[in-house]
Amino acid sequence: MAIVSKTANSASFRNSRRWLTVALALYFIYTFIPIFYVIVSSTKSNADLFGTFGLWFSGDFHFWQNLQDLFTYQDGIFSRWLLNTILYSVVSGVGAALFATFAGYAFSKFEFVGKKLSFALVLGAVMIPQTALVIPIFLLLSKVGLVNTPWAVILPSLVFPPGVFLMKVYADDALSNELIEAGRVDGAGEVHIFFNIAFRLLTPGFATVLILAFVATWNNYFLPLVLLNSSDNFPVTVGLSQWYALATSGSGGAVLFSIVMAGSLVSIVPVIAAFLIMQRYWQGGLGAGGVKA
Amino acid sequence: MPDAVATRRRGRVYVTKSVAPYLFLLPFMALFVAFLIAPLCYAFGLSLFKTTMVAGTQFVGAANYLKVFTDPSFWDGVVLLFKFGLMQIPIMLGLALLYALILDSGRVYGRNFFRIAFFIPYAVPSVIAALLWGYLYGPSFGPFGQLAEFFHLPKPQFLLDGTILGSIANIAVWEFMGYNLIIYFAALQAIPQDLEEASSVDGATGLQYALRIKLPLIMPTVIVTIIFSIIGTLQLFSEPYLMRNLAPGIINSHYTPNFYAYTLAFTNQQYNYSAAVSFVLGGVVAVVSYVFMLLANRRAA
Repeated sequence: MAIVSKTANSASFRNSRRWLTVALALYFIYTFIPIFYVIVSSTKSNADLFGTFGLWFSGDFHFWQNLQDLFTYQDGIFSRWLLNTILYSVVSGVGAALFATFAGYAFSKFEFVGKKLSFALVLGAVMIPQTALVIPIFLLLSKVGLVNTPWAVILPSLVFPPGVFLMKVYADDALSNELIEAGRVDGAGEVHIFFNIAFRLLTPGFATVLILAFVATWNNYFLPLVLLNSSDNFPVTVGLSQWYALATSGSGGAVLFSIVMAGSLVSIVPVIAAFLIMQRYWQGGLGAGGVKA
Repeated sequence: MPDAVATRRRGRVYVTKSVAPYLFLLPFMALFVAFLIAPLCYAFGLSLFKTTMVAGTQFVGAANYLKVFTDPSFWDGVVLLFKFGLMQIPIMLGLALLYALILDSGRVYGRNFFRIAFFIPYAVPSVIAALLWGYLYGPSFGPFGQLAEFFHLPKPQFLLDGTILGSIANIAVWEFMGYNLIIYFAALQAIPQDLEEASSVDGATGLQYALRIKLPLIMPTVIVTIIFSIIGTLQLFSEPYLMRNLAPGIINSHYTPNFYAYTLAFTNQQYNYSAAVSFVLGGVVAVVSYVFMLLANRRAA
């Protein structure tokens, strides 16, 4: 500690600290240009969006009008999209985290036939290109009549292989075999041991997988794009991208620009909020996955 | 065993140790088989057939694959992604590593603030990121174009043939740099503190310590992130798909292999050929990842 405190007071330390902080600030500006842009733009009327400097506010504060337009355009379908996104993300997030916790616990604490093979399959799953899966899922689900229903998005999103890997690593670390063994000696059944002893200790890992799976579904585009075809079932990503395509195609959709801006802002705020509230979890969880891998 | 008796009295099933792992795996594995293994097998089956108006559906063996191997629309996309990846991955991961080392050095103000701020883009859906950058790139109303006009400079052209790939790469860097930075930062934080004290006693500077001791120690983590980046890059779809109207004629319907597979399936209704394209892409992903791992291991050995 003596060494550290000596260097911490030296002039060269303070100098390098200043320059390194400047370097961080530069990257911060880059990171925040698009975020700042969407905040600024959502306060502008369509005319000001094109007529005033993009990275600063115009005199006319049009934010509430844009929000009102956003939630009333096409009979207020945006709120429908928002509710769909919340439904898909919450159900998929909770389900994926729960199933990943079960599976990770099994891989971590039990020996069984086929363990190596099934774990290798789960790990290998990250290699598969999305189209290779989503297109046949579309064809299979259309045979059983599930295409264009919420299930078409939710069911495939419940499969979250990185979550299984993360939970296995987490259970290896956070859950001692002695504790489980003690439960067995007391005569508790395995289900009882899991829910009353193990799950409490696995909660931080569970929360990490929950937020990662939640965000993965919230941000997913390709799966809902392919599997849903009626506007009523769209999540925000697919709905907004359609409005955006309309706006950029030049066929009279330009009035949509300010609505798309407001919609973009509304759709990213909940996810950013979720990350800020749950930062303790994802920081630890991403670390565990990264360090052990 | 009073507890077990009580459990049974409440009418619950007493699960033994030999059955338990299968029970815990059941929900995940059932869905894994239904939505991963089964679609893959089905797609592989599809890729061996061909459907025409005249002859109906016929078994054609490897014919679709042979067609993919000589299909310029597919390989142009693959070549494009190689160019994209060779530009985007080193920049993104190099910056992530540099900034993780800076954050970890302890020589900065506001470390927690920056760490969280850098992660924010990961929370933004790729669709929204593409859309926002699409606005920013706009030559007439994008702020960069406006600034250039104000200073009477030539307007930067982000959406032309020679620049658009870089512009899309910038979106990907923006989206995923913070994510990789957090992973590197966590790995750096796991390095024992006493190593730094030892190297400082030996007279090493902070920079020497970062490059000669910290960097080699987190190399395994770096290799994992490179592999994930390769896999992600070869699946590029959302960003060019969203930006297709901004650069019509440049971003065509087979701009990336995933885009091509999507067009084949949903515009042309060629599900069989689309499945073959996806499988060959999967093969390219596997081969590139494997070759990279071999090279990384050889250098480490």
